[in-house]
Formats: sequence, structure tokens, C-alpha cells
Amino acid sequence: MQTVKMVVTGPFAAGKTEFIRAISEIDVVSTERKISSEAERIKDATTVAMDFGRITVDQDLVLYLFGTPGQKRFDFMWEILSEGMLGFVVVVDSTRPETFREARSILETFRGYAATPYVVAANKQDQEDAWTPEDLRIALKIDSRVKLLPCVAQDKESVKNVLLELLYAVLERLDEQE
Amino acid sequence: MALKGNLRDFSTTQLLNLINLARKTGTLTITSRGNAAQICFKEGKLIYAVLGGQDGHLADMLHKTGKLTEEQARTVREHSANQTDKVLGQMLINAGHVTQNDVVQAVRVHILDIVYRMFSWAEGDFRFEPTLAPAQDRIVVPVDLENVIMEGSRRLKEFERLQDELPNLDIALRFTDRPDTRLRNISLSVEEWRVVSFINPRNSIRQIAQFNNMSDFQIRKIVYGMLQAGLVELVRPEGVAPPAPKPRVGAAAATAPAVKRSQVTRLIEFFTRR
Repeated sequence: MQTVKMVVTGPFAAGKTEFIRAISEIDVVSTERKISSEAERIKDATTVAMDFGRITVDQDLVLYLFGTPGQKRFDFMWEILSEGMLGFVVVVDSTRPETFREARSILETFRGYAATPYVVAANKQDQEDAWTPEDLRIALKIDSRVKLLPCVAQDKESVKNVLLELLYAVLERLDEQE
Repeated sequence: MALKGNLRDFSTTQLLNLINLARKTGTLTITSRGNAAQICFKEGKLIYAVLGGQDGHLADMLHKTGKLTEEQARTVREHSANQTDKVLGQMLINAGHVTQNDVVQAVRVHILDIVYRMFSWAEGDFRFEPTLAPAQDRIVVPVDLENVIMEGSRRLKEFERLQDELPNLDIALRFTDRPDTRLRNISLSVEEWRVVSFINPRNSIRQIAQFNNMSDFQIRKIVYGMLQAGLVELVRPEGVAPPAPKPRVGAAAATAPAVKRSQVTRLIEFFTRR
């Protein structure tokens, strides 16, 4: 059995767990705990170690999705989770500019872990307050060669599109290396 | 879609850069500590700005740039209560008081003065509204944002440097031991003399700024100059050690896995048909 691994990362409450839940064939193995900090009480629970989702491609190939904890104090998990990844998705909450700096920082950290392809998912594009992907690209200083994709993490089709685009990016990288 | 947030998270510099690069048209409204500013753009160019509490009368703009005396500005204001800026500008040009270039320059200086102030606003809610344009009666002057961003950043750096040099405005000033000798040999501007007249260990720097209706930046600049010239000294409170910078955890670069093309192709096929 061959396995490949993708990492879903991003700031606190960006929608990483929802992203994995939308596409995983198994109930996501989640390590959520109730939020203890008042400042972070924008949702009831948060991931503290990782989220784990699985997609069986065929008899020989399984894709694992690992979601990282968004809170900075759990960042010791990031490097462990990034070990051996095929690529990574940075999920950004398009409605919360206060998280953009953190998103940028996380992106740079993961780029430092491994020179694998990545895409940025501009989540919550269905909400009125969402910044457009074009504005987000400028705000996050994302290179024009990096894919920045509109996304709604609760929508399976939307998540599938993001993963497909990451796979195309991996393929392009392989073409360049050959 | 909305472009809104807080300057705490997305600074004025970043906002202007975004508006410039995305060639946006509309009005950016920023509210901070009771102040409100509206900055208007057309296709990525700055065209107009207004700061809450200032009506931005053309006569005042021309006075500020030295094209009208205070007396002339007051007379113009009194006799043009119902005139739009455009009509008033045309009247002043026709009467030979100013040239068209004088008007354009005065509006430009006024707009830039407001925008440069925005650079020092560390926090405040902002909202960009693409449908909102300046009032029809206002004179608009297109200004390229690249230079504005460069100059604003330079001023911000100066502001930050002054803030570093003089972080606490709640301390007082006193003249050094022999101030008379030094003051006699130095030429002070009107603003500096206004500050000098309030120097007293009982007045904090912030109070002196308030008495003289000066911004934090202006008072810092003047006090810093006086400190450097040795004219005054700070009556310092107990020093507090600056917080130690957070150590950055270094990230060891892991090696990327050997990826098999067949795996990626199978995954793509899987998602495409699913």
C-alpha cells in the first residue's frame, strides 16, 4: 500500500478542520479541545495536535490529509506533521484581515520545512465580508506563480478543486525537475 | 466584496499599495480615536482626501501654500459661503489672484497632508467602498501612489525613530543649567518658541502639545531637536527596561519526499472523476 500525505495549515479558525472534514471518507480524527482563552473564543473548540483525514484512491494508494493546529503555542507540531508531505495548503479566512500576517508567517515557516509545492485557499468566499482573492494576493504578498484559490471549506467541490490544483502544481514541479 | 479591517492588522502603507496595484476606484474611510478620514481614488490614483473636522475650504488650502494671505483667505471665505470649490477656484483665477497651477498645487498639498497623517495611525477601522466618489463640487487632483507610499514610509520611519528617541510624552522638560547663553546663540522657529514658553517641570510634553494644538509627531520633532541641541533635558521617570525580543524558533529544512509521478497522476484522475 502506497500512501501520500498533504498538510492543511493556516491561522487559528481559518477553516482547516472543516476543509478536511468536507473531503475525508472517514470521520476526521480530530484532537479538538474547548477554547480556554477568552481572546480566542471565536469558536467553541480548536485543534491542539492535528486533524487526520483519509481518502482511498484505489487498492494501492491512499491520501492522508493532516491538519495542523492553528494556535501558535502548538507550533512544535508543525514540523513533525510536515515530514514527508507531498505539498501543503494554506487556508486563510478571507473575512479576517487580522489573521493575514499570521497566515503569511505560517506560509513562510512551512516553505522552510520543505521545498514542496503549495497553494493558498482563500476560505469563506461565500461571506459578504470576504476579501477577493485578487486583494488577498496583494495583502499576503503571494507570488503570481503561486495558486491562490477561492474556497468554501464546507463545500466538498470547492475543497476538491483546491486539492486538484495542488496536485497540478506538484505535477508541474515534477516536469521542471525532469 | 468588502475590503474592510483594522489598521492594526493591515497598515495604511499596505492598503495604499493594494489600491495602487489593483488599480482600484472608490473611497477609503478610516476612523481612529474619534478622527475620520476619507481618501478617494480613481483607477489606483489618489484624487481627493478629507479629514473629519476640516471642511477643506479652497481658501484655506491656498493660504496654507502661501498663495493667499490670512486676510485674503478670510475675506474669500466670508464672500463665498455658497460657492463650490470649482466655481471659487475659477473666480480667483479670473480675478488674477492665483493661477490654475496654484489651485492644483494647493489641493495637492492638502490631499497629501491628510494622507501622510494616515501613515502614523497605528489602528483604526477602515472600509473601502468602490461605489463612493468625492462630491461633484470638489476639485480633484490625480496623484500617483508610488511616490506617496515612498514618502509616507519615509515619514513613518522618521516618526518611529522619534518615538523610539522619545517614547514617553508624559514626562516633563526643564532647561539645562545655562539655557540663556545657548538660547541667545540659536535661532528658533515660531513653533519652537511656542513650546519654549511652556517648558516647566510641571508641564508634561503631552500637555505642551495640547496647549499648542500640536500633533505627537510635531511635538516630538521639536523636543527632540531641543534635546539634541542641549537646550532642555527630560525629567525622567523611573526607567523601565524594554521587553526582550522574542527568540525565533529556527526551522530545520526537511527534505522533500521523493514523489512518484504515477501517484500524482492517479490522484488527479481520482479527484477529476469523483
